[in-house]
Amino acid sequence: MMHIAAQIIFIIAAATGIGLFVKRIAGIRKNILIGHDADYTDQPATRWRNVLLLAFGQKKMFRNPLVAILHFLVYAGFIIINMEVLEIILDGILGTHRLFAPVLGSFYSFLINAFEILAVLVITSCAIFLIRRNSLKLKRFISKDLNGWPRSDANYILITEIVLMLLFLTMNSTDLVLQSKGVAPYAENPTNRFLISGLLTPLYGSLNETTLVALERSCWWLHILGILAFMNYLPYSKHLHILLAFPNAYYARLKPKGEMNNMPAVQNEVLYAMQPELAPADAAPPTRFGAKDVFDLSWRNLLDAYSCTECGRCSAACPATTTGKLLSPRKIMMSTRDRVEEVGKNIQLNKTFKDDGKTLLHNYISVEELRACTTCNACVEECPVSISPLEIILELRRTLIMEESNAPQEWNVMFSNIENNFAPWQFSPDDRDKWATEIE
Amino acid sequence: MKIPLMSELHANQESPDILFWVGCAGSFDQRAQKITRAFISILNKVQIKYAILGKEEACTGDPARRAGNEFLFQMMAYQNIQTLNNYGIKKIVTACPHCFNVMKNEYPELGGNYEVIHHTVFLQQLIDEGKIKMKEEGGFKGKRITYHDSCYLGRANNIYEAPRKVLEALDAELVEMKHCRSKGMCCGAGGAQMWKEEEKGNIRINQKRTEDAIATGAGIIAAACPYCNTMLTDGLKNNEKEPEAEVLDIAELVNASME
Repeated sequence: MMHIAAQIIFIIAAATGIGLFVKRIAGIRKNILIGHDADYTDQPATRWRNVLLLAFGQKKMFRNPLVAILHFLVYAGFIIINMEVLEIILDGILGTHRLFAPVLGSFYSFLINAFEILAVLVITSCAIFLIRRNSLKLKRFISKDLNGWPRSDANYILITEIVLMLLFLTMNSTDLVLQSKGVAPYAENPTNRFLISGLLTPLYGSLNETTLVALERSCWWLHILGILAFMNYLPYSKHLHILLAFPNAYYARLKPKGEMNNMPAVQNEVLYAMQPELAPADAAPPTRFGAKDVFDLSWRNLLDAYSCTECGRCSAACPATTTGKLLSPRKIMMSTRDRVEEVGKNIQLNKTFKDDGKTLLHNYISVEELRACTTCNACVEECPVSISPLEIILELRRTLIMEESNAPQEWNVMFSNIENNFAPWQFSPDDRDKWATEIE
Repeated sequence: MKIPLMSELHANQESPDILFWVGCAGSFDQRAQKITRAFISILNKVQIKYAILGKEEACTGDPARRAGNEFLFQMMAYQNIQTLNNYGIKKIVTACPHCFNVMKNEYPELGGNYEVIHHTVFLQQLIDEGKIKMKEEGGFKGKRITYHDSCYLGRANNIYEAPRKVLEALDAELVEMKHCRSKGMCCGAGGAQMWKEEEKGNIRINQKRTEDAIATGAGIIAAACPYCNTMLTDGLKNNEKEPEAEVLDIAELVNASME
């Protein structure tokens, strides 16, 4: 009876965990699609190559090799160790214990040994990351961008990973002790001594059977419930990048970084003004210039926002951030995500978006931030998961100028010079080749 | 000296090998005019058939577009593409990375398809082809030079090596700044910042970048963009380092070293 009850509880927990996760992911997908359409499906071969190099290979991370190795260990370790979850889930549903041990034989021990070594590497790397994040005073970690929840979020993730790995090792270690004591069902599926947990057995040798079984079962349950909980925490945290890095690499922008998106509507308006004979009778003026809110950004921009893990490499390289300007490209992405989350909740509540008197521009991202950008592409270059804060900045700037006529006075002078003198300065166009007369 | 004008060549039913796009800075800015003259001098020495648009050239629209004024950009693009297409221009060389980027990457979608080359790449080609011959005892031999990557050449268009290869041909000692190539730091002028006061912060961008350059101990900061040139020159003035270091364009360095 106990077994069956445990199996039922397990099935309910797993189904709830997976169900909630799927629901949340579907919600995020819906939020991303609030953005307007844009095509990022050309050159599939290049796109798959990017998935391989940028997402699986974490190529951009290797701009700092030491951090890259630690990060790769945590990522690879976490993914590979989670293969164990397959056995845990099957054991949970079927009420078995270490289902794969007799089937795989010595290969099973090899696998667990590999997982255990990785677990130690994950624990070490996460510990180093915790110290780096909290004690080393790296600018991008002590930045005000992360004040409050984002800073705790980062620490929760690292601590959770350490706890999950410790549970895994304790589970294996107590299992070994129970095997040696001949307790069923542990002794029925004897395994070899595991590499790491085998070293920890003396810690538990003095405990009695009941305590050992309770400890082993607790670790087993906490490990799997922890994974289910973590899976559901993911899509609410910055840590979502472990999933979205892959689609984000696939849908990466492939155009040269210097190329700005064209605005065909404006292109046509200018064309029709110059050549009115080309204008169709029903040509309607565009409804929006650039972006004022998340609806006006592309789905690609919103996928970027959800993929951002707030590492701050963009801001550490940004010439505006590093010289004390208000602009921080990381904060642009965080603001975009906050706003799309808010809009998503609004739509969910009211069926369709109900005006809340707020927009991404002004309420989340200020004019001063936008004005500080030099469009140097350092943020885009640095991002390990192919995010472009620059594209959002430039779209918002378009609205500022074209809809709100909000420009610094010097820019208005520059505009009128270009319009009247065909140069950004106030020189007569007749003098454009004057330099040529001054050559001997 | 007479600079060949595209309109005159066209009238004589001739076409140039390259159109030299001078750009607004190269045309009007006194410092950048020197770069223009240096580049013209190189073109004359290697006897390339070139032409300029003269008064028919207009701003590409780059600062307007990056500030957010798409209308003005489209107007300028329309006008320039009309001019270039009317003359059947195929190959454009420019000394301005901003003009280069816009014409290379943004004009094609608007109907302007040309082979657009930045002057540093063009100079490298001329050196490789043996057309540019350096003096035996070039003025920069053994001198310490650092190269400042222009964002619109480097990150925007992946041009990192050509300017460096040109500098190597000068037999100079090329030293890199702490932030270089894809990690190069902006001079502070891009994105139409050139035409406005910097937002408030704790240091000016050009000041910080110039400090990087000064730290290399180089006497010459090589630039490949008229705006970087202005920003770094101002940075040197503010650091009171002007006598010890100077900012020179790659074209000026090459011209001064040529036979």
